Amino acid sequence: MLLKEVIYLMQKDFVLEWRQKYAFNGMLLYVGSTVFICYLSFSLRFGGLEVPVWNALYWIILLFTAVNAIAKGFAQESRGRLLYYYSVVSPQGVILAKMIYNAALMLVLSLLCFGFYAIVIGNPVQDVGMFLVTIVLGAIGFASSLTMISGIAAKAANTGTLMAVLSFPVMVPMLLMLMKMSKNAIDGLDPSVSLDEALVLLAINMIVVTVSYILFPYLWRS
Amino acid sequence: MKLTWWKWLTIALLLYTVVMGMLSEVPRLAILNETIRNLYFHVPMWFGMILILLVSVVYSIKYLRNPLSRNDIIAYESAKVGILFGVLGIVTGMEWARFTWGEFWSNDPKQNASAIGLLIYFAYLILRGSFQDHQQRARISAVYNIFAFAALIPLLFILPRLTDSLHPGNGGNPGFNSYDLDSRLRAVFYPAVIGWTLLGVWVVHLRTRLEVLKQRFYENA
Repeated sequence: MLLKEVIYLMQKDFVLEWRQKYAFNGMLLYVGSTVFICYLSFSLRFGGLEVPVWNALYWIILLFTAVNAIAKGFAQESRGRLLYYYSVVSPQGVILAKMIYNAALMLVLSLLCFGFYAIVIGNPVQDVGMFLVTIVLGAIGFASSLTMISGIAAKAANTGTLMAVLSFPVMVPMLLMLMKMSKNAIDGLDPSVSLDEALVLLAINMIVVTVSYILFPYLWRS
Repeated sequence: MKLTWWKWLTIALLLYTVVMGMLSEVPRLAILNETIRNLYFHVPMWFGMILILLVSVVYSIKYLRNPLSRNDIIAYESAKVGILFGVLGIVTGMEWARFTWGEFWSNDPKQNASAIGLLIYFAYLILRGSFQDHQQRARISAVYNIFAFAALIPLLFILPRLTDSLHPGNGGNPGFNSYDLDSRLRAVFYPAVIGWTLLGVWVVHLRTRLEVLKQRFYENA
């Protein structure tokens, strides 16, 4: 029953996204222009960035993209539509569907960002497979923690500021782990070195998803 | 003055901590020297903070199960006292770090983690400020409080253990356990933890009573 709801709600989100392509295109343009601004401001005509800077910059761009992309998740739903959902589906279905949908969105955005970033700024990554695994973990992690935060921020008056203020400290542990893992991948270290980080990331994701699953019904009711 | 027994106990323990903390014998260790006395003031701040934030989370959960405004008030006031303890912990820690590590802020994982922990709770205060409706404010900030506490746990307990730190107890530095052998330190440290935590509870208790009275006053006025 829950599974059916989740699939149905996800379909709805994808269809909506497809019909309002301007929002998604806007996010693409956001990623593209941020990368280009970084390229210009580091004046990278000769030679690339150093590896730690490259790594940090990539994740910071993704962080801001994620906050912007996911913030609209709940804010764009009109009041009437939310009331309608309230009467037909369970809150658990709504939060799970939003999380999965946001994870897919983030995955697409971060892969495109990686591609563009690699073309414009250069690609020092030695172990691309491991880097892609990190991106997948990052997309899931960003989506799971930001979905709940965007639900909270959407209820308050100044959504934009609150979204950033509430999410940044919560995201930091995840971000540090991701940066470490992707640094290992860039340096081409053996995947077993990153196993610890990957496990911690999965554990954080589990905590966040479980807590969101339990708490969302209370948020939903108001 | 009519005080219940635990308030007398708080006063006694804190007097004992301050007097004995300043005057008692401490082990002579290189670099640390007399700064080892910070153990009685800095470390109990973090113990107190965690315990009082735990109280805050427990009352947030209680509020979600049973929306009484008293639960919300206790959650809010204890979050504020937790922040106060956290700020004091950071300040005492920085002061100590200035004389042992050479700088106020040396980008240590524990320092960073505690700063981020404080940011989470400042965000909680901002969130509370941005609602007009009382019930909505109480419920949504309770949700964030629980969510943030769940995010704080990996930050405080797991991450610093994965990276090297200058902090006592990490990376081969003399840790708490090697002091533990010294019963002179223990004899002051445990009372200090209990005393400072009880002081926090006392503040929360007073603030809660004040807020409840205020609310009753406005309802009747």
